[in-house]
Amino acid sequence: MRIRTTATVAGACALLLLTGCGAADMTKQASPFANAQGAKSLTLSVQSWVGAQANVAVAQYLLEHELGYRVDTVQVDEVPAWDALSQGRVDAILEDWGHPDQEQRYVKDKKTITPGGGLGVTGHIGWFVPTYFAEQHPDVTNWKNLDKYAAQLRTAESGGKGQLMDGSPSYVTNDKALVKNLDLDFQVVFAGSEAAQITQMRQFAKEKKPFLTYWYSPQWLFEKVPMTEVKLPAYKEGCDADPAKVACAYPHTPLQKYLNADFAKNGGKAAAFLKKFKWTTEDQNEVSLMIADQKLTPEDAAKKWVDGHTSTWKAWLS
Amino acid sequence: MATVTATAPRAFLPGILKHRAAAKLALLALAAAVLVPLADARWSSGSWPAALTVDLTEPLGRVSTWIIDNRDSHPLFLYGFGYVSNAVVLCVRAVYVVLLAAGWAGVTAASALIAWRVAGVRLGLGTAAAFLTCGLLGMWIPTMQTLALMVVAVLVSVAVGALLGLASGLSDRMDRVLRPVLDTMQVLPAFAYLLPVVLVFGIGVPAAVLATVVYAAPPMARLTSLGLRGADKEVLEAVESLGATSRQRLLTARIPLARKELLLGLNQTIMMALSMAVIASVIGAGGLGDRVYQALASVDVGAALAAGIPIVLLAVVLDRVTGAAADGQGDTGSSTGLSRRAGWACALAAAVAVALAARFAGRLDWPGSWSLNIAEPVNRAVDWMTDHLYSGVPVIGGTADWAGHFTTWVLDPLRDGLQALPWWSVLLIVAALAWVIGTWRTALTAVLAMAAIGVLGVWKPSLDTLSQVLAAVAVTLVLGFATGVAAARSDRFERLLRPVLDVFQTMPQFVYLIPVVALFGVGRAPAVAAAVVYALPAVVRITTQGLRQVDPAALESARSLGASSGQQIRQVQLPLARPALLLALNQGVVLVLAVVIIGGLVGGGALGYDVVFGLAQGDLATGLVAGAAIVCLGLMLDRVTQPTERRAKKGA
Repeated sequence: MRIRTTATVAGACALLLLTGCGAADMTKQASPFANAQGAKSLTLSVQSWVGAQANVAVAQYLLEHELGYRVDTVQVDEVPAWDALSQGRVDAILEDWGHPDQEQRYVKDKKTITPGGGLGVTGHIGWFVPTYFAEQHPDVTNWKNLDKYAAQLRTAESGGKGQLMDGSPSYVTNDKALVKNLDLDFQVVFAGSEAAQITQMRQFAKEKKPFLTYWYSPQWLFEKVPMTEVKLPAYKEGCDADPAKVACAYPHTPLQKYLNADFAKNGGKAAAFLKKFKWTTEDQNEVSLMIADQKLTPEDAAKKWVDGHTSTWKAWLS
Repeated sequence: MATVTATAPRAFLPGILKHRAAAKLALLALAAAVLVPLADARWSSGSWPAALTVDLTEPLGRVSTWIIDNRDSHPLFLYGFGYVSNAVVLCVRAVYVVLLAAGWAGVTAASALIAWRVAGVRLGLGTAAAFLTCGLLGMWIPTMQTLALMVVAVLVSVAVGALLGLASGLSDRMDRVLRPVLDTMQVLPAFAYLLPVVLVFGIGVPAAVLATVVYAAPPMARLTSLGLRGADKEVLEAVESLGATSRQRLLTARIPLARKELLLGLNQTIMMALSMAVIASVIGAGGLGDRVYQALASVDVGAALAAGIPIVLLAVVLDRVTGAAADGQGDTGSSTGLSRRAGWACALAAAVAVALAARFAGRLDWPGSWSLNIAEPVNRAVDWMTDHLYSGVPVIGGTADWAGHFTTWVLDPLRDGLQALPWWSVLLIVAALAWVIGTWRTALTAVLAMAAIGVLGVWKPSLDTLSQVLAAVAVTLVLGFATGVAAARSDRFERLLRPVLDVFQTMPQFVYLIPVVALFGVGRAPAVAAAVVYALPAVVRITTQGLRQVDPAALESARSLGASSGQQIRQVQLPLARPALLLALNQGVVLVLAVVIIGGLVGGGALGYDVVFGLAQGDLATGLVAGAAIVCLGLMLDRVTQPTERRAKKGA
């Protein structure tokens, strides 16, 4: 086996050296695991949060069972995912939270990526406290009163100040600037990954402890740990233009899909389907909750949703 | 190992050592007395002076923009990296297709038969069981993807490593040039160079394979060189006297004589490549690592474990089989060449027969109904553990309380203390430690590495990281030495411990991130816990081995003098095992540092977070500078803890 394998590898490499005389286009490389059994295939990028997993799971299920594609998924962080999309390593991103720099570079300048329309879900980032805490202390939901609670929100990590927990380094955040510009007695503690952040929040919630966290909707965790948003100074167009001077809330962002430009043009039914893919926040949460809380595999969760929402997805296929 | 010859000079060594160390320290104090006031007057004390930093944000940002803008058109990419990338994709694909064509039955049979031929019946059966378990866990396809990736990465690493090793084994000058390069490659945390690789090759398999090669080639190079240099002089002279040319001498004598080291190098390379397989999933390598990583995203420890177990099984099987190949050259000599060849032929025929049978039976894919769902019970167990241990345990307090105390009482003072030290005093301490333990060269390297951190402008976060490393190393050593001593004294305990150590050493670190957070909350404490879990096995192993190799005669004589077992440990075993203990310290430091970045994922902050941030945001400046600082920390710590003799390879 081992010997045969080695021989095959050597053969393949030799063949490559013999035939490889032209330019090697770095934008034309798919995963070596794709198309292994000769099927039509495409690759979707999954981001680390469960909502993104839900989009991909449903799209994958329908592409495989209704359109006969083989779908590969790659988990990549957001900015590298744009890069991978422009190179054709992945064919689509289904949920983008707004990356103006990347958009300028790849959509407007290089034209290697085309917008794929809205996902139908509106995203919003904000600061949240658990609802049980907000009910006891209704005034905590305004940023002006946060300092009063700093002592209660202190942890070993926050060094004498209140703790504002932030999540994965890949997320869009102005929190450090916000704390500084709003002159709050808080320390931003980066959980480092969404998984760590969720685990910590559930642990706090189990003990009904107060906490303050960066969080976003739509998110399945709200069903498990009800949270109330803390009001920050209202968002106005352009108030977050200078990252160092931000002193306002986060905007509401209609989430977008993006496709690789070549794929959008030549992707046939799959590309058409992905452009039409559009669902609601409730739909997404339904699938997310099945994946993250009931621990269904993304495929099973997608199947369950697809079985119950025929009319919704039939429209994407027409 | 440490026999009487080693103990004889020990009697008068301490005197000399003390004398030497005192002289070195006096010299250093003199230099400090002159330089410190100067430095203090020029740049003032406290944190690293801003005048001595270089801001790399601008140039690194330009480099990354240039690469992105030119990647699709510049000849360097079209005719250089593009080919490399294509070649990797083709090779991995070729192996993968062969593995799929052989089907699960064929692959299992073939690997079991190979293991049987190389390492005996027991390992053959074990191998088959391991592969079947991978299938049962529903991980057959990801396992094959990882295997395909591994085959290519290991072949390339071995080729690269052997070439480097050949060069440094045959030429002293090459050896001097390569040694620091290999040293650096070994202390480089893998995460730190994922970003540049991704920038050039993009997300996916080529980047993953190349990153793996950088990580896994050094042990092969080192052991090849060691093997070539260690060849028996008499044999070489005999061959020379027969009139062999230098090339013949190399092929017929030196390489065959180095067989054991070469196989050990292969073994080490496989282990390191496998540990990289998971880290590489962060840049889209696919396979088992990707499953672990995706399970992590939905906070599903059970699913992560289901993907982690095949990795552990692959590692254990490959380790045992290649290990047996390295050890077993003596006893295979008894059977004749003919019967060995016949055995191989039988094995090959059987494997092909099984593969064909499965093919005709239409059973190529792993049957979906044969699966074992371990995710649910595992998750229940983790939930139970965190429910009952996190807080409110009577008397001892919950794990969250411990973590809090550890942070406030150990980590905070350590960090604040380090950060409060004037910058020149940190350099002085480093110099003194490194010089007393090693030579002026190691001291210089250590000081320069530490200074480089300051120049890069990440002095404060680096000292934060350093405080975490020191705390984690201290905990690791206490636990590791205690366990090691126990294992060295009881054979049964050691036998029980061995599989546990195997699992901890090979289980991907991502798997235990969630339980660690669930137990200790978010912050630096869980990061330290993760590092301890990762570094402990190596420390325990080296300690046990070191203690067991202590001359039995010395122990016997101590016993006959009526020493209690406590006295035996303190006064005979520990002093005699000192080199092994120092090695354990060194390995502990290197391994803890390797987890620092992973610690960034659970709230460890500092350099680890910056590296993760750089990777996630495609921010070359932040990621690369933090990565470089980790490398410098690694070099510094390695030199400061490194006994004068060059120690064994990483991962011991």
